[in-house]
Amino acid sequence: MTDLIYFSSVSGNTRRFVEKLSRPAARIPLLAKDAPLQATEPYVLILPTYGGGDGNGAVPKQVIRFLNDERNRSLIRGVIGAGNTNFGTAYGLAGDIIAAKCHVPHLYRFEVFGTPDDVRVVNEGLDAFWSTQRTAA
Amino acid sequence: MTPDKLKLVSHVEAINWNKIQDDKDVDVWNRLVNNFWLPEKVPLSNDIQSWNTLTPDEQQLTMRVFTGLTLLDTIQGTVGAVSLIPDAITPHEEAVYTNIAFMESVHAKSYSSIFSTLCSTKEIDEAFRWSVENVNLQKKAAIVMEYYQGDSPLKRKVASTLLESFLFYSGFYLPMYWSSRAKLTNTADLIRLIIRDEAVHGYYIGYKFQKGLELVSQAERDDLKDYTFSLIYELYDNEVQYTQDLYDGVGLTEDVKKFLHYNANKALMNLGYEAMFPKTVTDVNPAILSALSPNADENHDFFSGSGSSYVIGKAVSTEDEDWDF
Repeated sequence: MTDLIYFSSVSGNTRRFVEKLSRPAARIPLLAKDAPLQATEPYVLILPTYGGGDGNGAVPKQVIRFLNDERNRSLIRGVIGAGNTNFGTAYGLAGDIIAAKCHVPHLYRFEVFGTPDDVRVVNEGLDAFWSTQRTAA
Repeated sequence: MTPDKLKLVSHVEAINWNKIQDDKDVDVWNRLVNNFWLPEKVPLSNDIQSWNTLTPDEQQLTMRVFTGLTLLDTIQGTVGAVSLIPDAITPHEEAVYTNIAFMESVHAKSYSSIFSTLCSTKEIDEAFRWSVENVNLQKKAAIVMEYYQGDSPLKRKVASTLLESFLFYSGFYLPMYWSSRAKLTNTADLIRLIIRDEAVHGYYIGYKFQKGLELVSQAERDDLKDYTFSLIYELYDNEVQYTQDLYDGVGLTEDVKKFLHYNANKALMNLGYEAMFPKTVTDVNPAILSALSPNADENHDFFSGSGSSYVIGKAVSTEDEDWDF
């Protein structure tokens, strides 16, 4: 099963974090001409924050396109935001925006591609999160 | 020894922004342009009252920290970012470096705006004299300058990323500390703008370093990794001394060192390397993190249960109009 869906730009920092988690994951395509990704099972979304500080354009347009598909939106269960505390209030802002719009928790934030501690906490956290979700379902 | 003259790009063609080889160049250019600011827009004079509540020692410390930062920004504007231009792979990368160079000069000038607002000419002159005479500050500048004038394009990018993402932070700590105590809050606003810019610069130069690594042999990659870690150790040792020199008197050295470790990790990550300092020594004072990033301390770790305001998520369908940004 795929329990993570993520977006990562050509710099690949978010992709690197996802690879370190070693969990099944699908990537939202970078280019508009690529075939769109279709979620088929509940998932947690991992995404970086774009933009500089005023919050405009914080959610990458590829992620907006993905979530504009109602079926994809209906399966999101949580979000994890990547960013950099140096961006002040915009740190991980895309995660906050998605969490508010989709009414799901912003589970965690990490910087750049995450430290080994981030990887451990998120992996343990996701195990517990999914078991709670499945019990509740 | 006469330092070598910086090399210039030998061949230039008209830059065509309608033909892009690397989308990152455009993204970063746009972000830097959107982030553009000038110190004149920040109401620094509102800090005059607050400045007068600092003790003479605290004022002197603050001025020294800011002249130290001025020196780094001057190096980066006049030499560092400019030295990267001849190594650029795309013409748009060259243009981004010219933007970075100019913004570093804006940063350097903004400290003078702070000084002219808060301090006397005599105090300003004394602080600049200190910056020339301080051994650890001069050593930090000399180490970086040596690599900027050297012949390895990738080593220059390493030195530049470490300057942007690591070397500034012994200085940035202090205005964040004052801000956390509701002092010099307008100055802190200005410093946060500088921090935001340096974050983009470090990210971009680190990204270009990683692109450059893709083009060299495994042996060279191994060599560059060893070089990066030995350089960061050398700079770190000097930073610790610089930090002790500045902050021992106010008892903040250990707190500043955690901030150094935290930022050294992020500098390494900007270069694509794993973080070096473990969590036990990167636990930055929450008040500093909060001053840096006002919402960063709220609920950032749902899993640990430390964030109190979230309950287990339940998906609710949203409408298309929710996504009309």
